[in-house]
Parts: sequence; C-alpha cells; structure tokens
Amino acid sequence: MTDAAAPTRETDPLGVSPVAAAMKASLHGDRIYHVLTTAFAAAVPLLLLLIAISIGLAAWPALSLAGLSFITASEWDVAAGQFGAAPAIYGTLVSSAIALVLATPLALGVSIFLSEIAPKWLRQPVGFLVDLLAAIPSVVYGLWGIFVLIPLMRDPVGPFLRETLGLAKTPMFSGPNYGYSMLAAGVILAIMILPFISAVTREVLLAVPRSQREAALALGATRWEMIRDAVLPFARSGIIGGIILGLGRALGETMAVTMLIGNRPEISASLFAPGYTMASLIANEFSEATSDMHLSALMAVGAVLFVVTLIVNAIARWLVWRVTKGAR
Amino acid sequence: MKRLIIAAVAFAALACSAEQSKDGNDSAAGASRSGSVDLTGAGATFPYPLYSKWFADYANQTGVRINYQSIGSGGGIRQLSEGTVDFGASDSPMNDEDIAKAKGRVLHVPTVLGAVAVTYNIPGLSAPIKLTGELLGELFAGKIAKWNDPRIAAINPGVALPASDILVVHRSDGSGTTFVFTDYLTNASRSWAAGPGRGKEIAWPVGLGGKGNEGVAGQVKQTPGAVGYVELAYAKQNRLPFAAIRNRAGNFVLPSPDGMTAAAAAVAEKLPANTDYRLSIVNAEGAQAYPISSFTWILLYEQQADAAKAKKLVDFLRWALTEGEKQASTLDYAPLPATMATQLLARLDAIKVGTAQ
Repeated sequence: MTDAAAPTRETDPLGVSPVAAAMKASLHGDRIYHVLTTAFAAAVPLLLLLIAISIGLAAWPALSLAGLSFITASEWDVAAGQFGAAPAIYGTLVSSAIALVLATPLALGVSIFLSEIAPKWLRQPVGFLVDLLAAIPSVVYGLWGIFVLIPLMRDPVGPFLRETLGLAKTPMFSGPNYGYSMLAAGVILAIMILPFISAVTREVLLAVPRSQREAALALGATRWEMIRDAVLPFARSGIIGGIILGLGRALGETMAVTMLIGNRPEISASLFAPGYTMASLIANEFSEATSDMHLSALMAVGAVLFVVTLIVNAIARWLVWRVTKGAR
Repeated sequence: MKRLIIAAVAFAALACSAEQSKDGNDSAAGASRSGSVDLTGAGATFPYPLYSKWFADYANQTGVRINYQSIGSGGGIRQLSEGTVDFGASDSPMNDEDIAKAKGRVLHVPTVLGAVAVTYNIPGLSAPIKLTGELLGELFAGKIAKWNDPRIAAINPGVALPASDILVVHRSDGSGTTFVFTDYLTNASRSWAAGPGRGKEIAWPVGLGGKGNEGVAGQVKQTPGAVGYVELAYAKQNRLPFAAIRNRAGNFVLPSPDGMTAAAAAVAEKLPANTDYRLSIVNAEGAQAYPISSFTWILLYEQQADAAKAKKLVDFLRWALTEGEKQASTLDYAPLPATMATQLLARLDAIKVGTAQ
C-alpha cells in the first residue's frame, strides 16, 4: 500500500493542494478499509465451505460404503461395520422439536410480560435472570438433570402424564419410564434455549413503536387485544428469528443431552423411551474410535448433522419470508 | 436487537468452547510439546490417576518431566501412529488394524492391572450378590427379566431377591472398560459370544447408556433394579456395591488388587519368552483370580528416532516397573506379578535407536 501511495505524491504534475492530498490519502484509507472488510466478510463463507469440504471428504468412505442406508438404517454396530444413523437423526429432530414446543410459549410469555405488563423496576432484574440461564455451562445442566430432573420425570411427571391426563394408552407415553428419555432431553433443551428465544423476543417487542400500541388502545382495544393484534404481528419476524436461534442451539447441543437421553440407538414412538442424538453419538464415540471406517462414519454423522441444520434453517428462513410477506 | 443477538451468539460460543476443547485432542498434545517438557504421552483415562502420581514423583526424583494427556485409549493409539507423542497408553491392546497403521513395531508394556466391577441397585440387599459369567451374559442381553429369577436365586441361597425388573446400564462412550467387560462376557458366556461379542463400543441388546463411569454409576444409583459395570477404582472410591463373580476355579471372588494379580500370575506363568504382551487375562485360572481383570499398557516404538528421548523413556519405564509398582495398590490398581515385571525389564533392552523400519 505504501508502494501505491509514494509515487502519486512525487509524480503529481499539477502540484495539488494539501487538502486534495489529504483527500487522496483518505481515499487510499477507504480502499484499504474496503479490501480488508471484504476479506473478512469473505473469510467466513470460505471457512464454512472449507469445513463442509473437509467433513465431506472425511465422511466419503463411510457414506459410499453405506449409501442411502446410512440415513435410513437403524443398526449402529461398530464391530460389524454397520453404520445406520437413522435413530440419531430421529433423536436430534424429536428432542429439538420437544424443546421448541415447550420453550416457545414460555419464552413468549416471559417476553410479553417483561415488555408489556411488568413494572419498569422489575424488567431489568427478571430479564437479567432469564439471560443468565444462557451462561450456565451445559455440563452443569446435565448434572442438574441427573440429580433433579430425572427423578422428577420418573415421579411425578410420568404418572401425571399417564394417569392424571390419561395419556397412558397413547404410544407417545407408553413403555417403562426410567427417567432417562427423549422427553428428559427435550425438557433440558427447552430450558437451555429459553433465554435465547426470550432475549431476542423481548428486544423485538420493546422495539415496537409506541404509536402502534397507542393506536390500538385509541381504537378501544383492551391490553390483551393490543398485544395480540398490534404488538405481536409487528414483531412476528423478529420472534421467529429468535426461535430459529434457539432451534440451532437445540440441534447441536451435546453434553447435557448425552447425560440425560439414555444413549440408545433405537427409534421408539414413546417419549419415555431412551434415544440418541447425532451430537451425542459423535461425542460418545470419537475419542475411542481408531478404525478408519468408524472415524469416517462419525464424520458422516457430522456431515448429516450439518445438512440437517442447513435444511431446518432454510425452512425457518422461508417461514420468516412467508410471515413478513403476509404482514405487509 | 442486533446487539442482543450478538451477545447471545457470544454466549453460545462460550458454552460450546468448553465442549470443543475436549475434542481438540490433536492440538492439545501438539501444544504441550513446547516448554521444558521432556516426554509427551497420550491415551487411556483409566490409569491416569496413577500415571499422574508417577510422573510427579518421577519428576521430583530425576527432574525428567512427562506431559500426559488422558484423552482415551483410542486417541492414544491414533497419536502414537501419527508420531505426535513419544508414547501412547491404552486399556486394550492394539488390534491388527491399528498395528498395520503404526509407523513401526510397537512394544506393549503392561504397567498395572485394573478390574471391572459389576455394580447394582437392589434395595434391601446387604451382602454382595453372587453372579456367574453365564448369568451376566444373559442379564446384559436382557434374557433375564427379574431379579428373583430362579437361576439367580439358585446361586444366592437364603437371599431375599426382589421381584423387580432388571435395568441394564452400560457405557455409551467408547471405553476400555467396556472392552474388558465384553471381552469377559464373550469368554465366559456362550450366548454372549454368539451375540454381541467384544469391543470398545458394541451394539447392546438392551439397556440405557451412561457417559463415563460417573454416568453409569449415576443411573444405577438412581434406578432400583439397575445393574451396570464400572472400573473397580471408581466403584471403591464411590462406595458402590459390587457383585462377587464366580471364577474359573468355581470360587465367588470380590474384585481386589490381590484377585487381579492372581489372575495375571496365572497367565504370566505360561507366557512364552517372545510374547508381544497383547494379553487378555479375563476368566483366568487360579483359585483367587478375579475374572474381570485386565492389564493397562504403555505403547512405544521399538525403534526410537531420538536417542536422548529413548533413554529417558526407557529409564522411566524401568522406574515404573520397579518403584512405581509399589504405589499401585494405594490407588486401587494392582501391581504386576513379580516374574512378569522382571521379564519386562529385560524386554526393554530391545528398544533401539535409529529410524523406523
């Protein structure tokens, strides 16, 4: 860059004024800034691409061996060289879905309360406490799950769902209930993603203009009608953005889920049955994997997780696009 | 709102980095090579409490510093094959595929013995329950459903066994402990040998998976009727109940350092002079032998590239096989039988300096 700057100053035939020279210098600064920021911006997608390529290459031996059965078969037997990741894919999707179903209404409720209903002095401390949930390490969630959540799942949650709500006959709540289950994993994930959804949602709701609220109230809306018809529709796309952020976290969460899901590579309709997730599978087996095919199979699981995350994100973006279009 | 998303993402990154650092095995060992460390090793977590004591004591006595990363046996074998460490450590011997990938002949040096205890949660039971290999094979395959099964009752006369369901808990992560336990089941139970077989991670017919000894122990402790397996050292330090297992001689033996050494001695007696020490001592003979015992190994190349390092490594191993052995039982490991330690000391002379192959 100094090479470029030096000749201009010396060979300037017209004897430019100091001001113009300064402007020129700042123009160089602009160019450098432009190049630098472009380079930084390009580095991120490039990194993503490199990760995708290296995972893809490492995963290829297992994927080409197992073919489509890698994602459809449910036999995961390392010794026999059978790698069917279907139970782990199913477990990742189901546990994340449970988490979203539980966390979304809760997070929305917290955010609406904090932005619309709570007195000002309560907003900061409660908001801070909810955000603090995000700062707890996931292994601590796992430990808490083992000592508190799992006994609770066994009693009273299990009997409550089965007997009190009479769901025992449905396949979703059948079979023995040891506590370590898909449901337990979903519940812990719900708690973990709650602060992400609620933090974003709260800010979005606070960003809704006063005039929007005042207009609704002026038209005779009650407070609930004002929130439902004026505030929430305005904030819709931001809320969905928060949910996507939470979903991303739920799909990739490893430690806490591994500690609570029971790690059983089986697809069961019952939420009380143990399950497995892709992230848990990798975390469990990577450190002791020595055979090339086993390592490659674990990489392939990573690749599938990568693709599943991309697909889920794409669907979510499409939803945002639909919703914002509908709002106009 | 953007600011908040950034904050949230930063939180997430922080939370994730704690996990990822655990998986960054290769970089961890690489980084540790700098500084004034003389030797680096990586591998098994099971003997880590003893090894770290050894390395500390050895550094105090000789000034030779050894950095050891307890990243798991598989990681130790991988890093030895890649040549990123001076020695590896493993709870199960390298298989033929691993050996083919290594950059030269690997010497397996057994260091100490460990055992796997069968732990259970049967409320109201005071004395240790007695089990046999055949029964364990059926139990862990889900073929025995209740604790008061007549086959269990037959070898536990006078014990009031409950009619509760049996819940099997096994390790979900790949582990040398699983290898030793399934190696035993394969050896002692015909139905197990025909079914799931042995391995660091296998396709379990039934049960829940817990991560690590603590995961298995936690699930067993919390679930009445549960049965699982953990390292003896872990079971003892956490005061878990464990079963007496019938050995080949027909005696019911509780796991103990003496029982492990007895199992190793029975195998060591018949050892040919040119053994590669890839030995399984499960279901060993000997009246007092505890049947679910195993060696743990330090792995090193017979052809060492660096003369100074080779000397330091061999000197350390000589110290470990003599002085180090004395500390083993204080940490719930068992020392090698004396004859075997002597034989190993002679074998260390085979370590040569020069480029591999």
